[in-house]
Amino acid sequence: MSGETGTHSKGTGLRVYAFAYLLFLYAPVALLPIFAFNDSQIIAFPLSGFTDRWFGELWEAEPLHESLMNSLFVGITSSVLATLLGICAARASTRYEFPGKKPMMGFVMLPLVLPEIIVGVAMINIIVQLGMDLSLWTVILGHVLICTPFAIAILSAAFASLDRSLEEASLDLGETRMGTFLRVTLPLVMPGIVSSLLICFTISLDEFIIAFFLTGADTTLPVYIWGQLRFPGRLPSVFALGTLMLLASLLLLTLGEYFRRRSARKTGIEHTAGGLV
Amino acid sequence: MTVALDEAASEAARPQTKRKARGPSDARRGLTLMSPVFGYALLLLAIPLGATIAMSFWSQDFLTFDRSGTLENYAAIWTDDMPDHWTGIFGSYWTENLYRALLLRSLSVSLFVTAATLLLAFPIAYYVSFHVRKNKGLWIFLITIPFWTSYLLRVFLWKVILGYEGVVNASLMALGVIDEPLTSINYSINAVVLTLAHAWAPFAILPIFVSLEKIDRSLLEAAEDLGDGPIRRFFRVTLPLAMPGVVAAALIVFIPTIGDYVTPKLLGGKDGLMISNMIEVQFKKGNDQPLGSALAVSSMMIVASISVLFVWMNRKYLRARPS
Repeated sequence: MSGETGTHSKGTGLRVYAFAYLLFLYAPVALLPIFAFNDSQIIAFPLSGFTDRWFGELWEAEPLHESLMNSLFVGITSSVLATLLGICAARASTRYEFPGKKPMMGFVMLPLVLPEIIVGVAMINIIVQLGMDLSLWTVILGHVLICTPFAIAILSAAFASLDRSLEEASLDLGETRMGTFLRVTLPLVMPGIVSSLLICFTISLDEFIIAFFLTGADTTLPVYIWGQLRFPGRLPSVFALGTLMLLASLLLLTLGEYFRRRSARKTGIEHTAGGLV
Repeated sequence: MTVALDEAASEAARPQTKRKARGPSDARRGLTLMSPVFGYALLLLAIPLGATIAMSFWSQDFLTFDRSGTLENYAAIWTDDMPDHWTGIFGSYWTENLYRALLLRSLSVSLFVTAATLLLAFPIAYYVSFHVRKNKGLWIFLITIPFWTSYLLRVFLWKVILGYEGVVNASLMALGVIDEPLTSINYSINAVVLTLAHAWAPFAILPIFVSLEKIDRSLLEAAEDLGDGPIRRFFRVTLPLAMPGVVAAALIVFIPTIGDYVTPKLLGGKDGLMISNMIEVQFKKGNDQPLGSALAVSSMMIVASISVLFVWMNRKYLRARPS
């Protein structure tokens, strides 16, 4: 390859660029913990000493706790519903041939290629016309819609890598269709299901614009954060919150990856069943 | 369900090339499994989109809708000279059609962002695919980590970096490079483009990386053996083979950025606001849902036509190449 002979210098040039690019990717994120521990209300350099009081403030912020609970509720409900829908669609598309398969699959994947504001606007129009009230459930309806295509993509990979002879063996040995699905198929695609749940949960937890349009009196965490960004005095504790959220999602990612590898070892599926990265 | 059965029956009538004689029941099972997902998308996407298109032809007077059907919303967006004297957050010196200007600005910002993101991302994907030997997974992991921070905060942190009293200005002043804070980097279209190019970086790198990984390395050796230098080889072999990934990345970045709300609101200032900000105003403060819907439909049409153009150009490009 090009690194081996005459183009060696090009390789080093690229490497310098790659590290500079990583710096660019990390620059904003690196500021998050810095200002979360900085002992000043003003977000600016030079820094003025270390403090953990912004984290302390988080413990006392009642509305924050409420919006966090709301977001967890929305995230868990949406990810479970989207994954269930995703299992149906992924199973249908990888296992069966049926008329209208292509257009139907294309249509359910459509939210992937729609700007989120369009989804938000479309849903609020119908909700207003039907005279429904905005609540966390309307946010969930929107989040399930945008998470389902991701669930389908991840789960299709998991179902596609499934060895069909295992299912046929189970059927031949007298297990029912349902029994085969629950006892053979499901355990084998479990890593894909866990990945799908995690990805959908993360998308829902971070989603702002649909929640901004569809939320009622109860707000989700991003909508709460958006409200806080207008008050300069609140910024340090918002940064502290952001630091904790980053740590939590890294922990979740690592856990997800650990379980994926473990079950991949168990079932002999190698890196095919919709990994996180 | 009857439709499903009819379709299943017509499928059964067709000549079968399946493994087993399970044809009709296969089709029925597939359709049954597909129906909850399809039904959900029908109820919560097709009907709301239909309602939005319908509403864009209505008009609204305070709380009552006039449903008789009018083109005035689209006229206000596309043909009227100066339909409204919108001031407020959009600035007060509008001498042209503000709606049209915002739509065109959103389009050009997101095209710029797409180009910038792809140009910045391609060398990284290329480096990881062709020059990193052992730790490809680690590199991809490192590239995706910043993306796990809250989107709102990632965007806001650019305001901290680029702001009037931000990190860049403070450092440059402390170093004595400048005497006054730079204003060109904050609250402008430039700041919006930079922030979006950062926010969507991993989404561009990953598809390009995947398509580069798929390239059969012996093709590159063949090109070299046949006398192509590194540059010719890149443009005649590597890039065409990576094109599916590049087009996917372009679409993944282009489509959501045209409707981005957060970045222009936080970093755009008066001159960097985009169409989503106007849609939000129409739906909330402006209280004109029909006009807001027409703006949403117009931006959807722009997104759809540019996306089709991307895909068509790619097909054409791939077909025009001698194989």
